[in-house]
Amino acid sequence: MVNGILDYLWLVPALPLLGVVLNGAVALFAERPLLLKEAGLPLPGGHGAHGHDSSHGTGHGDSHGEHHEAPAYRKLVAFIAPAVVGAAFVVALLCVLSLASRPADGRTFVQVLFPWIQAGSLLVPAALQLDPLSSVMALVVTGVGFLIHVYSVGYMSHERAFARYFVYLNLFMFAMLTLVLANNYLLMFVGWEGVGLCSYLLIGFWYEKRSASDAGKKAFIANRIGDFGVLLAMFLVFWTFGSLTYTEVFARVPLLRESGVLTTGLATAITLLLFLGATGKSAQIPLYVWLPDAMEGPTPVSALIHAATMVTAGVYMVARSSALFLLAPDTMMVVAVIGAVTAIFSATIGICQTDIKRVLAYSTVSQLGYMFLACGVGAFTAAIFHLMTHAFFKALLFLGSGSVIHALSGEQDMRKMGGLKKYVPVTFATMFAATLAIAGIPGFSGFFSKDEILWQSFSSPHGSPVLWGIGALAAGITAFYMFRLVYLTFFGESRMDPEVEKHAHESPWTMTVPLTILAVLSVAGGWVGIPAVLGGSNLFEHWLAPVFHPVAAAGAHGAAAAGAAEGAVHHSATLEIGLMALSVAIALCGIGLAYFLYRVRTGKPAEIAKKWPTLYDVVYHKYYIDEFYEWAVIRRIVNISTGLWQMFDALFIDGIVNGAAGLVRAAGDRVRRLQGGVVGGYAFSLLAGAVLLVGYILYRSVVQ
Amino acid sequence: MTGVALLDQHLLSVLIALPLVGAALLLFFPRGGDGAIRTFTVLVTIAEFLLSLAVVARFDVATAGMQLVERAPWIPQYGISWIVGVDGISLWILMLTTFIMPITILSTWSAVVKNVKEFMVFMLILETAMVGVFLATDLFLFYIFWELVLIPMYFLIGVWGGERRIYAAIKFFLYTFVGSVLMLVAIIALYFHHHAVTGVYTMDLMKLYELTIPVKLQGWLFAAFFLAFAFKVPMFPFHTWLPDAHVEAPTAGSVILAAVLLKMGTYGFLRFAMALFPAAAADWTPVIAVLAVIGIIYGALVAMVQKDVKKLVAYSSVSHLGFVMLGLFAFNLQGIEGAILQMVNHGVSTGALFLIVGIIYERRHTRLISEFGGLAKVVPVFALCFMVVTLSSIGVPGTNGFVGEFLILLGAFKVHKWYAVVAATGVIFAAVYMLWMFQRVMYGKVTNEENLRLTDMNGREVAYMLPLLLFILWIGVYPQPFLRRMDASVNAFVTRFEAKKQAALAGSPPGETMLVRYFDVKKGGAR
Repeated sequence: MVNGILDYLWLVPALPLLGVVLNGAVALFAERPLLLKEAGLPLPGGHGAHGHDSSHGTGHGDSHGEHHEAPAYRKLVAFIAPAVVGAAFVVALLCVLSLASRPADGRTFVQVLFPWIQAGSLLVPAALQLDPLSSVMALVVTGVGFLIHVYSVGYMSHERAFARYFVYLNLFMFAMLTLVLANNYLLMFVGWEGVGLCSYLLIGFWYEKRSASDAGKKAFIANRIGDFGVLLAMFLVFWTFGSLTYTEVFARVPLLRESGVLTTGLATAITLLLFLGATGKSAQIPLYVWLPDAMEGPTPVSALIHAATMVTAGVYMVARSSALFLLAPDTMMVVAVIGAVTAIFSATIGICQTDIKRVLAYSTVSQLGYMFLACGVGAFTAAIFHLMTHAFFKALLFLGSGSVIHALSGEQDMRKMGGLKKYVPVTFATMFAATLAIAGIPGFSGFFSKDEILWQSFSSPHGSPVLWGIGALAAGITAFYMFRLVYLTFFGESRMDPEVEKHAHESPWTMTVPLTILAVLSVAGGWVGIPAVLGGSNLFEHWLAPVFHPVAAAGAHGAAAAGAAEGAVHHSATLEIGLMALSVAIALCGIGLAYFLYRVRTGKPAEIAKKWPTLYDVVYHKYYIDEFYEWAVIRRIVNISTGLWQMFDALFIDGIVNGAAGLVRAAGDRVRRLQGGVVGGYAFSLLAGAVLLVGYILYRSVVQ
Repeated sequence: MTGVALLDQHLLSVLIALPLVGAALLLFFPRGGDGAIRTFTVLVTIAEFLLSLAVVARFDVATAGMQLVERAPWIPQYGISWIVGVDGISLWILMLTTFIMPITILSTWSAVVKNVKEFMVFMLILETAMVGVFLATDLFLFYIFWELVLIPMYFLIGVWGGERRIYAAIKFFLYTFVGSVLMLVAIIALYFHHHAVTGVYTMDLMKLYELTIPVKLQGWLFAAFFLAFAFKVPMFPFHTWLPDAHVEAPTAGSVILAAVLLKMGTYGFLRFAMALFPAAAADWTPVIAVLAVIGIIYGALVAMVQKDVKKLVAYSSVSHLGFVMLGLFAFNLQGIEGAILQMVNHGVSTGALFLIVGIIYERRHTRLISEFGGLAKVVPVFALCFMVVTLSSIGVPGTNGFVGEFLILLGAFKVHKWYAVVAATGVIFAAVYMLWMFQRVMYGKVTNEENLRLTDMNGREVAYMLPLLLFILWIGVYPQPFLRRMDASVNAFVTRFEAKKQAALAGSPPGETMLVRYFDVKKGGAR
């Protein structure tokens, strides 16, 4: 075969789909009857066979019951679910290696599977595209996804609806891989809404809990608001470019630009609408509110979907559309400002949260803000770089917090933790590495990616010192709340419930091995992108150059030229090093402050809260944004709808109709008194005659 | 004539007649032999469906015009004939009808226990009438079938319905009947017009298509057709009969009403109102597009605050049918193909939703959302089916609803940008009301003891639900077989529409206002 392994690219999404079918069958035929029996519910006899999805079994929360021998079907699921994802990773890796062996300007491989929707000039294939950008995404998704699947086997081992969980998780992988591998906007949208659906199902996995199903619904609807933007953007793209396929759209940009069809205004509209979608999926202001609530889902889900992969889809989509965004300076500014403001805004909320997962959730919102800041200043490579390193360290932080929660029998409140490092040494060590990475300590992965973003937000033609300042300040706050988390959880005196403390234990290997691997990646994952100023060769930028700087990359020394294009304004290396040192210093200040408040003067935080009660209250309650939305939007819509129904439908329209009917009935009564006999017959002939007459008159009167 | 030859040459007529013959045979069944009556009816409808597959098999993708045409003089002195045919516009709606019938009959097994024989007779007469509506290409014949649909449906609601069934049945009848009478007036006017122009009396639709009707007459005739079809669709603000009819109708009645009867309205627009009076249709577009968009939003908002699941689904139909209307009046390939596909999708998904509602109603004898909660744990298979159908209804990609809505909005966006933008917000509201309802019915803890005794779907229920789920996914993943068979006819429709519109407007000065065109109102007073 000409393309070798690349011809098997379709296996990457197909393998998780196979997992869905197999695990779905297990969930339906093995797990469902068992759960019904356990719950003492009636078992219906004799079903027809079907297995597209899992059934809804019971959920028993994060709590852990007694151990008993796992039934065979659970072992089967525990094997299939990670295996299909692992296999997808291997195929993806081989495909990417094969792609890498091609020359830089030939690294776009398209595999058309079948024609999907055709109507008139609209031709949308189900086709996959592997290029440097989707390679990075596919590897991160399958790689981190595989680790989290393995982790889940351990974490969910006490869960009754074990198979149903893995059906959703496999389905998520399928949707996410469709999203990143699609070669056109519409197929991407399938994955885009597909991951939203899986997110909905997994957030609401323990659907008997009201807060869980509420959170799932909120996530879906917030995402739908964003999807509305993507939908409209696709309409504009199609009627402007005549296609929804990436390569065709981007190739037509210069021509349409020249002919005046693609005005700056149009580009701004398209990109702003796309960005609306991104704010939904990637939890940016104003649609970020669903992500913190999404923590209702099982912790591995938070790690996979709500930290490492799905929520970065918005960043991917913006980066994918960089050719359009670069035409719209106003959009770029909006993206940068929203990113920067979200980064610092949610970081401040993270300071006061007491639920370990909620801190991480706000941290995720904040880090995604960084990625958009990067996109907004045109540093798409930096955005994707941070996307990757963040996937490593944030997945690790969530999995670590899951391990803590697992050890403490479901406790998530950091006020009831403390001194845990001796109970869960592996969890502590790995989480500490991730904390250093997110805090931007030199040498760790997060340092390189975050610093690249800060530098670009300062030096790029789209950047400004203000953006740099916000970003650097947010970095300081990040370092502060992350070390607060570590100190509250692992250091100091134990504040645990004695009963809980007795059972505190390190997690099984299925959980600690993924933690360890992610820790290695959190440390070393950034070394592929060491900037030239620190003596690195920035492999990562070279790899992505053909996507973000197609013209420059076509040259022999593509990447070098690309670097120049990205940071078009030249600044001295001294300045770059100086800013780097300054941002590290700010981070160290944050850490120092956390050390002071949570290790030295542990009574101080409560004093501060008492001193400024209003400020503390507002921040603790997340600036009351949820309450504002509830009051300003949700209540209003419900009231208006009720009004429409009861006033307009029931009173107004039906009033007219029933009134008219009453008149007719009254008239009918008169006629009946006069005639008697076969009224129906008379009435009918009368009507028929009238119709004929009126028809004729109508024709005559109108034409003559 | 041998049976094979009969089928070969008169396939469509046989399709129309078969259910009626079945109904006649049912009369010979002894009352009380309910099992036999049910089995026989379901076999008749399955036979009808299998027979209709032959239509798909023999359908030529490349032909734009009517296929498998049969014509026979009926009342020749008045130019009335039996003419039936099928094209890319009616094919899938016909298939939807024959497909949904056996499913519906199967769903009545335990739901309809009184007067089973009469019920089944009415169902079969209804099928004949519906198939006739979609196949007739003689205006008079069409009108006969159109009116024939009313009678069995009236009785299905009025006899087997809920508490306020009489009110609902009469409301349903009057609404549609008022519209129908207006349409009849217009048909007759058109009939005289054809005679005046050509000297020939005919009700043959294809002949009537050839006319270039003066624009002023078009305006009035379109108005009459519009009312008839707008009542049926139903478009806002003519929709209030629908929630009442749905709530009172038995499950099978609701399924047929939603899946097929409403499509008679949208199909009528496409086949008659738009095709016969293109200039007027184009002039009326702003009105219709606005009503469609209002319907989308209004239906969704009102659906959101319903307390009765069935009423919620009924209002969601108002919203969904608004999408179909918007697609039709985009007058381009994407919009119209999307609209036809969405007619089928709505039939499958909303039909399935009413079946779902019927399944719990049969067990609990209530449809109030507040009576439920936590059902997912008790009836997992039901939960799975309900979830898939819900996703289809809110148009999640991968399901049929997405393909239809996307094409409609894409087509509409090209010509009425802002209408499409507002309509697209309906996609958000759909998620709100469906997921909120799903949450309240399926999620949470079981708070009502009675719900703990619910049994999951039985084999029969799974058997009739599965084909619907299959089509939800099939059309979502691979809609090509459906879209391809529409192409030729819809293409021809769009082309002819444009040409006929230009021809009709040839005499109208550019910039002529609607008032001048249709009411002769000129500046400075009357003419």
